[in-house]
Amino acid sequence: MRLELDPNPTPAKILGLYALFLGLALLLLGGVFLAYGVSPLRAYALLLSPLGDTLGLAEVARRTIPLLLIGAGLSLAFRVGFFNIGAEGQLLLGAVGAAYVALFLPPGPWTLPLMFLLGGALGALWVGLAAWLRVRFGASEILTTLMQNYLAYYLVVYLVAGPWKGQFVFGFLYTDRFPQEAQLPRLGDTLVHWPTLLLGVGAALLLQVLLFRTPLGFAWRILGENPAAARYLGLKGGRLLLVAALVSGFLAGLAGVGEVAGIHLRLLEPAQISLGYGFTAILAAWLARGRPLLVLLTAPLLGVILAGGDALKLSLSMPFRVVDVVAGLFLLALIGAEALSRHRLIWRR
Amino acid sequence: MEEALVRAVLFGTPILLASLGALLAERGGVVNLGVEGIMALSALAAFAAAMAGGVGLGVLAGVGTGAVLGAFLGLFAVSLRANQFVAGLALAALGLGASGLLGKRYEGVPLPNPLPEEGLALLALALAALLHLLLYRTRFGLYLRSVGENPRAADLFGVSVDGVRHLALFLGGGLMGLAGAYLSLAYRPSWTDGMTAGLGWVAIALVILAAWQPLRAVLGAYLFGLLFFLQFRLQGSVPIPSEAFAAMPYLLVILVLALSGRTRAPKALGIPFERGR
Repeated sequence: MRLELDPNPTPAKILGLYALFLGLALLLLGGVFLAYGVSPLRAYALLLSPLGDTLGLAEVARRTIPLLLIGAGLSLAFRVGFFNIGAEGQLLLGAVGAAYVALFLPPGPWTLPLMFLLGGALGALWVGLAAWLRVRFGASEILTTLMQNYLAYYLVVYLVAGPWKGQFVFGFLYTDRFPQEAQLPRLGDTLVHWPTLLLGVGAALLLQVLLFRTPLGFAWRILGENPAAARYLGLKGGRLLLVAALVSGFLAGLAGVGEVAGIHLRLLEPAQISLGYGFTAILAAWLARGRPLLVLLTAPLLGVILAGGDALKLSLSMPFRVVDVVAGLFLLALIGAEALSRHRLIWRR
Repeated sequence: MEEALVRAVLFGTPILLASLGALLAERGGVVNLGVEGIMALSALAAFAAAMAGGVGLGVLAGVGTGAVLGAFLGLFAVSLRANQFVAGLALAALGLGASGLLGKRYEGVPLPNPLPEEGLALLALALAALLHLLLYRTRFGLYLRSVGENPRAADLFGVSVDGVRHLALFLGGGLMGLAGAYLSLAYRPSWTDGMTAGLGWVAIALVILAAWQPLRAVLGAYLFGLLFFLQFRLQGSVPIPSEAFAAMPYLLVILVLALSGRTRAPKALGIPFERGR
């Protein structure tokens, strides 16, 4: 048995393989649930339970917002060939920027725009460091951005436990509550901070147009498909890469602003600000296959998984790590199906 | 001074073991970014088995779990020719998540009869020498290096590229599993969520710093060990927040990558092998 390249797989084959691999992932997930001591069927039901009522759907929408913003930026970065794995850290830096504006600058109508600007800028700066190290020294951005996640994590822990710890919060590790001017409006009683949602939809649309309808996007796509060709054409590869990286970091920073200004209304422990949005958004971007517009579909899909993970945590007091298991298995299933659909199985030698 | 060196070696040992495992696979042209997850899950398996049937069984379970996870990555990275980086990251998330989930019941339980750290430290040193001999003095080593440098040529000479890569991932996974077992059976000896604390990522960076040479990895690992020892020693005695110390390993990895970014890696590293392309 061996594999041969299959340049033109039929849609039926692709669909079949994705179904097969997702089925296998569900089976393995069931095994993990069994080992934990929970009936897999019950766990699956809980995982999908947010789809059943409006409150659950609002939870999904709330989880979708950061996934949409980050996923749109990552789909661009991946397309250009910059594997930004550090959206989690960029999100945290965005939250830090937002908290700085909210807590230490005089409040006014300019507060919210300033929060988004500074948060996005810090997110961009954070990934900019990794992009610079890649362009200048050839350091793998996969590892540097990943390491920066940990650095951002400890920065936030330091801030909320040390200099920024609130005056009225006693033993808790968070800052004081943001003033009214620094809070995003929400839809009714839900936690859906709609201005950030609009930003996310706008970012996906804008990046799609930028990538497929402008000279810059054309250069980006050439660089991603064939770096050697980009060099022959005289494109400035380093600069193009840096800009794409900065855009993805900026959007991840915006997502961080949305989380603290729309939901928590204060800076708190990193594990509570982000439930691994940075990692889950990698899946959203990977699923979208370098098309920012498609993230409008994939982000809500993964929002369901995150909201479902929350339901599992609440109903079965399961550690939230379960979301990592689900995300890891699905990611493996996706790349497995994608890889196999590009090949033909030949049974004889 | 003497204590510092001993602690440096003992702390460097899990980094060394995991790094040797990653190095073995990378010499064959396969990047294994799942180290952190493999270590986490093997540490748990080793601890659970040791509680049930003694430390000997624990070590076996750790090594076995690591090897199986390495083979599991091979399924995607070698057989299916999927993106090695994404597959490895997925495995890291899976391993960390599954260990956090399944290990909840062992949290805070001490191991009654731990393994001596020194024995495993010596074993790690011997394994590094052995890996050096394997790479440069055996037929398998020659195959492995040729598969990592020029798989097409190796294939033409009748070497099974996929077979060699599978074996390298399997054996490398076993070494990472031993690193995990060392943490939960000897170094701690207990199990807590997140106990790998980024050591897996340090190990990956160390492979680059060591320029893919097992003997240089020994020096690098002990250097990291010394830095970690200094970190513990200085903590509390200097006015630097503890978070800065906790962040240090990650900062080190970035520095290492920046300093050694363009050292020569195996030529076919990270590229799936397609015959006839």
